[in-house]
Amino acid sequence: MGIVPDESNLYDDMDGFDNLCFCGALYGMRKVDREAKANMLLEQFHLKQAGKRLFKAYSKGMRRKLTIAAAIIHSPRILFLDEPTTGIDVESARQIRELILKLKSKGTTVFITTHYIQEAQRICDRLAFIVGGRIVVTDTVSNLMENAASGHSIQFITDRPADSLTTGLQARFAGSCVEVKGSALILRSAEQLPLLPVMKYFDDNGIAVFEAKELRPTLENVFVELTGIEAGKLGKEKEKGGGK
Amino acid sequence: MMQWIAFWSILKKDIQNYYLKPPNISWGIIFPLSWTLMQLIRSPEGSMLELLPGLIAMSVLFGTTSMLAVTITFERSGRSFDRLLLAPISLNLMVLAKTMGAILFGMFNSIVPIIFVSFFTNLSGVNWGMVFVAVLLIAITSTLLGLMIAVSAKQVFEAQTFANFFRFPMLFLCGLFMPLSALPAFLRPVSFCLPLTYGTDILSGAITSTSIMSPLLCVFALLAFAVGLFSICRYNINRKWIL
Repeated sequence: MGIVPDESNLYDDMDGFDNLCFCGALYGMRKVDREAKANMLLEQFHLKQAGKRLFKAYSKGMRRKLTIAAAIIHSPRILFLDEPTTGIDVESARQIRELILKLKSKGTTVFITTHYIQEAQRICDRLAFIVGGRIVVTDTVSNLMENAASGHSIQFITDRPADSLTTGLQARFAGSCVEVKGSALILRSAEQLPLLPVMKYFDDNGIAVFEAKELRPTLENVFVELTGIEAGKLGKEKEKGGGK
Repeated sequence: MMQWIAFWSILKKDIQNYYLKPPNISWGIIFPLSWTLMQLIRSPEGSMLELLPGLIAMSVLFGTTSMLAVTITFERSGRSFDRLLLAPISLNLMVLAKTMGAILFGMFNSIVPIIFVSFFTNLSGVNWGMVFVAVLLIAITSTLLGLMIAVSAKQVFEAQTFANFFRFPMLFLCGLFMPLSALPAFLRPVSFCLPLTYGTDILSGAITSTSIMSPLLCVFALLAFAVGLFSICRYNINRKWIL
């Protein structure tokens, strides 16, 4: 088992290579094996140049990458990552996500706790929403999305003020719900809405359509729906010790 | 074998990261040296040989308790200690690896007053075998005392304060610089409850042949203190760090 805490906990006064070798030694790896693995990991994590630099001189992204490398030097079958990409630069975060996917493809079971819902959606097979320290739901990403996708919505942007079109549309497409969101008009329906009749209605009334797109629920919508917590309040939940 | 690789790595890391750092080396040399000089200046007519047991015992006590309390508390506050707790090695072996560095450091500290005193007096009559045994046992018990402090403290300054609470009374209660017979009668039983008293007595016997107890009794007393302190430390570690 490998564990990566939310704050890097390697040794400041040791260089990157020695930190990795020390972590390998804690798991009983022999000198030759741990040195070879440390070199390989430094290469894989793009830290080869920084291998002989003291850990305290590393940037936050480099620290996080080395901490992950230290957690996998002994090739664990299960890896726990606590907020692996929080507070680090975009490039490092991208590299870490790629590394996680690579580990996953090699058969390592990876548990991640994160507040970034999009990140979880992108790299996880299964998700668990935790609120106040309790799991409120756990399922595959596709199942969660599918269950949440009750109803169908299409958003239109036309050459007319959106609110001037609501009455006509509502009358023409009975059973649908028409909403105005800024300059956009959203048509919601319990059933799948065919696009052609709507476009024909606009055309018949001389209305030019600039944009028409289907609105799919995001995982964030699913989270809000299932937990009742607004996305903006996630930080507060974190402070309380739950809400991951 | 796997366990011993981890043991050796922890010990080596501690020695390189903490004990061999220039400030600690100088501290290990300057502290005992200044105490030796202070005693020499205070009583120039006094025999250096009589001072030596107290100086050795004090150097070991301060070296071990300071370093272990600081290194463990420092690693715990930086959370790198969690890494050791999560490693697949037995807790006993991990504690042994952490304490071994401090024991060696304390033993190294004991050499400083011996070298210094050797310039002023003839040490040919000293029983070095018994000195080694005494230094080793004082280092072990003091280190475990330092570990007990480290388990209770959360911050380095807290550990140092706790350590001083134990160390300074021991300086005058354990017969380091004044004989136990010179202590008020009500304090003497307290002296016999402190491991350093027995260590200093072995040293006094080995250096000046002025011990008040049998060396064998002192060795057993120190071993009993070591086992007792280790058990308390294990219990506290399980209670505070593991559960």
